[in-house]
Amino acid sequence: MTKLSRRNFLYTTGAAAAATLASPLVARAGTDTIKVGGLHDLSGALDSTGVPMNQVFQLAIKEINDAGGLLGKQVEAVIYDPQSNMSLYSQYATQLALKDKVDVVMGGITSASRETIRPIFHRYNTFYFYNTQYEGGVCDRNEITLGTTPAQTVKRVIPYAMNLYGKKVYTVAADYNYGHITAAWVKRYVEENGGEVIATEFFPLDVAQFGSTISKIQGAKPDFVLSAMVGTSHLGFYRQWAAAGMKSQIPIVSTVYGAGGTEQVILTHEESDGIIASFGYFEAIDNPTNKAFLEKVAQEYPDKKWVMSEISEVTYEGMKIWADAVKEAGSTKRDALLEVLTSGKTYDMPAGKVKIDPKTQHAVRDVYIATCKDGVFGINETFPDSQPEDTQMVCDLIKDPKSNTQYEISL
Amino acid sequence: MEKSVLRDPGFYVMVAIGLAAMLILPVVLDMFTIMQITQYVVLAVFALSLGYIWGFGGILSFGQAAFFGLGAYTFAVAAINIGETTIPLILAFAIPCLFGAALGYFIFYGRLSDVYLGVVTMVVTLLFWKLANHTAGPEYAIGEARLGGFNGIPSIPVMNIPGEPEAMLDPVQMFQVFMGFLIVVYIVLRLLIASDFGRVSIGIRENETRASLLGYDVRRHKLVVFAIGSGIAGLAGAMWATYQAFIDPNAFSMEMSAKALVWVMAGGVGTLVGPIIGVILLQWLTLKLGTMELLNSLAVLGAIMMVLVLALPKGIVPTLRKLIVDGWTLARRKKTGGKADE
Amino acid sequence: MDYTLVVALEMIRAIAWLVLLASGLAIIFGMMRIINFAHGEFLMLGGYTVVISTNAGVNEWVSILILAPVVVGVFGIIVERLVIQRLYGRILDSLLATWGLSMLMMGGVTMIFGNTVQGVSTPFGGMKIGAYQVPIYNFVLIGFAVLVLVAIWCVLKFTKAGLIARATMQNADMAEALGIRTRWVYMTTFGIGSAITGLAGGLLAPVTGVVPTMGMNLVGQSFITVITGGASVIAGTLSSATLLGTISQGVTFLTGPVYGDAALLVTALVLLRLLPQGITGRIFKRSL
Repeated sequence: MTKLSRRNFLYTTGAAAAATLASPLVARAGTDTIKVGGLHDLSGALDSTGVPMNQVFQLAIKEINDAGGLLGKQVEAVIYDPQSNMSLYSQYATQLALKDKVDVVMGGITSASRETIRPIFHRYNTFYFYNTQYEGGVCDRNEITLGTTPAQTVKRVIPYAMNLYGKKVYTVAADYNYGHITAAWVKRYVEENGGEVIATEFFPLDVAQFGSTISKIQGAKPDFVLSAMVGTSHLGFYRQWAAAGMKSQIPIVSTVYGAGGTEQVILTHEESDGIIASFGYFEAIDNPTNKAFLEKVAQEYPDKKWVMSEISEVTYEGMKIWADAVKEAGSTKRDALLEVLTSGKTYDMPAGKVKIDPKTQHAVRDVYIATCKDGVFGINETFPDSQPEDTQMVCDLIKDPKSNTQYEISL
Repeated sequence: MEKSVLRDPGFYVMVAIGLAAMLILPVVLDMFTIMQITQYVVLAVFALSLGYIWGFGGILSFGQAAFFGLGAYTFAVAAINIGETTIPLILAFAIPCLFGAALGYFIFYGRLSDVYLGVVTMVVTLLFWKLANHTAGPEYAIGEARLGGFNGIPSIPVMNIPGEPEAMLDPVQMFQVFMGFLIVVYIVLRLLIASDFGRVSIGIRENETRASLLGYDVRRHKLVVFAIGSGIAGLAGAMWATYQAFIDPNAFSMEMSAKALVWVMAGGVGTLVGPIIGVILLQWLTLKLGTMELLNSLAVLGAIMMVLVLALPKGIVPTLRKLIVDGWTLARRKKTGGKADE
Repeated sequence: MDYTLVVALEMIRAIAWLVLLASGLAIIFGMMRIINFAHGEFLMLGGYTVVISTNAGVNEWVSILILAPVVVGVFGIIVERLVIQRLYGRILDSLLATWGLSMLMMGGVTMIFGNTVQGVSTPFGGMKIGAYQVPIYNFVLIGFAVLVLVAIWCVLKFTKAGLIARATMQNADMAEALGIRTRWVYMTTFGIGSAITGLAGGLLAPVTGVVPTMGMNLVGQSFITVITGGASVIAGTLSSATLLGTISQGVTFLTGPVYGDAALLVTALVLLRLLPQGITGRIFKRSL
């Protein structure tokens, strides 16, 4: 090996490349660590949502380690990028459960990805935290669900908007599970409050042209438009709505606008101003925990362009709550943790008070209504202790701990 | 193609490798790795379906995913309704095969060829994809199976032993059964290609006009090849559905069709081993890329594809084969003292 | 009455949209029989150029009308030199290579610029038609679609370059024999096709969300329009865009966007079955 021949060079660099490929991205710090899995899309169509979640996830772990770790061990993240691809989700989930043998997994963004990996974690008894707002109904003792469901947000924002604007509602929603279920809840709450949904339209996730719909809405003259539009193609709706000069005429209320933390950045202020939304977290929440949290995020990721949204903040919550339970239980065993988690303890989080409902293992949390102004949401109203009523209608894990399904809540 | 398959040692070697993998791998590897390999096996069957119609029938389909997805959905719906998996598996071959025949009639009897054939198959795939994505509402159910739109169908039954719905296969058994499928598909295709029928389809691939002037019914021939390919793609779809236990409209995506093209292309058109190797190589790479954060995985995969097309236009297997043959002749020439052989 | 007018306008806008999406691709495919699968990402690059330069303080119109076509055009020439020129006559290899390019561009743009970029707002605002309001920008889109087609037609019909291009298109070997350097013709054609695509991407930037993956949803429509149209650039693009745009928007108004999109695909299928070489393979055969 004195001369560096071309073949030798290729061979050695090839081997080096193979070695980098084969090791997960966080170097193993030895065997004596507690491993936690992270499954967020870091490339592909969902990366704009997945990257912030993953960053906050790592920040939470860093904080835990800086404070001395858990049970005398350091916490180590095993992170995979499912590339917005469902079959990679199922593979990495299996890998986390069987090969890496992690103690808990945080992750999954869309409901499709959750329903892909949830049964896998259930089968292999790998504790799972799903930290995204979703349509509700998951009933699985192996999963803790911390994001908001329609009964928490839609229930609050509909009467609020009807008071403000009037009783005639036009719903536009994404043509998939979440959109359909949200639209059904919207209809229910509008009617409960004595209003009327004059039309509901569903749009496939790849539709980017809304001219015909905007004309139809103009013809129908609703008091406000309720949007459950999802994804980047659907951002076209807000742009074309503003371009038609409709911003000053019919207000928009949304159940998802701002969920990913990138919408306010991609749209201009003229397009996004005045949109009303309801979530479990906004940057504007005024409490010391949140202030400290945002400062730390800004320190850790000074170049970040995204806005902290519910989905990312809840990912942080997931990690912190799990760590707190591990400390209290003195173990990483799922059943011991569940006992602590469902004991009714209240957690002080940037989003406010969070508690876990033992029946559904969903979060009972503060819900906020906010209006977008200059690209920033300002909070109008706070609803403390909002229960996941939709899931509570169908799921009781105390009575039926073996349950392993997502119920469809029929309205 | 002159010599019969049964006298080709390569054929026996391949079958032997397959059988050895089927029996030995479960003993030496852990369950997780076996599950990984199962995925390659399923996709290899899918790649073979395209490798056959493209390499041995001259039909370049941009929409092989249409049949893959159709097979997967057929299997899912049937298995959920029937409660066992043998009949659904047969249906998952038969329905895409029939659909392929119908579409083939539309295409070949309309004398569509070349790019236009590609676009028609692509449009059909897009159409399936759009419609499958539109089935989120509760009104879209076939029997007990909700189609589920974008989210797809979860909880698809695991494959069971024929006649015993309770006897579900464990991951290792599933690997062995799927490996068996792959070997059978390989053998059937090899025999088919070596038969009179196969020779005619190769003749058509080489020169359509000449074949038709010699009196062969080109359209019918292509239709049959296309339908067989569709059936095999459907079978692969069913395997995919039961392996993952869920299926979503991405089975119909252009990406799925394009992946099949890349596997065949990378492995080598006009071979059956090539597509299998293409699957293993590129799927392994995709998986590995997801475990590192250095570079965007899409970018790396894209760059690799471009390099493959530019550097190995014939594909890996034909290039290797040529290298080996060249090396062999060179070695023989040296042995015989520099004289050209024969 | 107002409603009819609004529907008609929306149909014309849909046609203009398809024309803008497809023109650049039609030039490349019609002249060179090369399938550029990264077409959607070329559009995305145009959109990104506009968004980034506008955020950096460049006038919005300067970015749309000058920067976007120039950047994407130059990028197209580079791609042609590095990749495409090795693949002439290998339609399939070109497809696979450009598919790789499309992934590389998606990943590359994400790495360099990130996936969240502040968008640009739509200029001009709305205009009243009876009880309805439509964006004035729709007329801009329609105007540019017409302009692009007229410009291509003038170049092909009246200039020497157009003559050379048409000659190369009809019979490349003969053109070469007559002393035309077809390599340069191809390179220029690819560059111009890319520049038009860049302009289209730039024009789309104010009305859609500009993200690295936006091309994926556009490439299908562009292809179907070009292939349904057949080999002639202008007549083909215009006739297929008209047909597909009218039918899909008509159905969208009557039912909803899903069936509108499905109607577009079914129309394309039926047309290809009846006219296997595209519309201009049978009708308007001698047109440009």
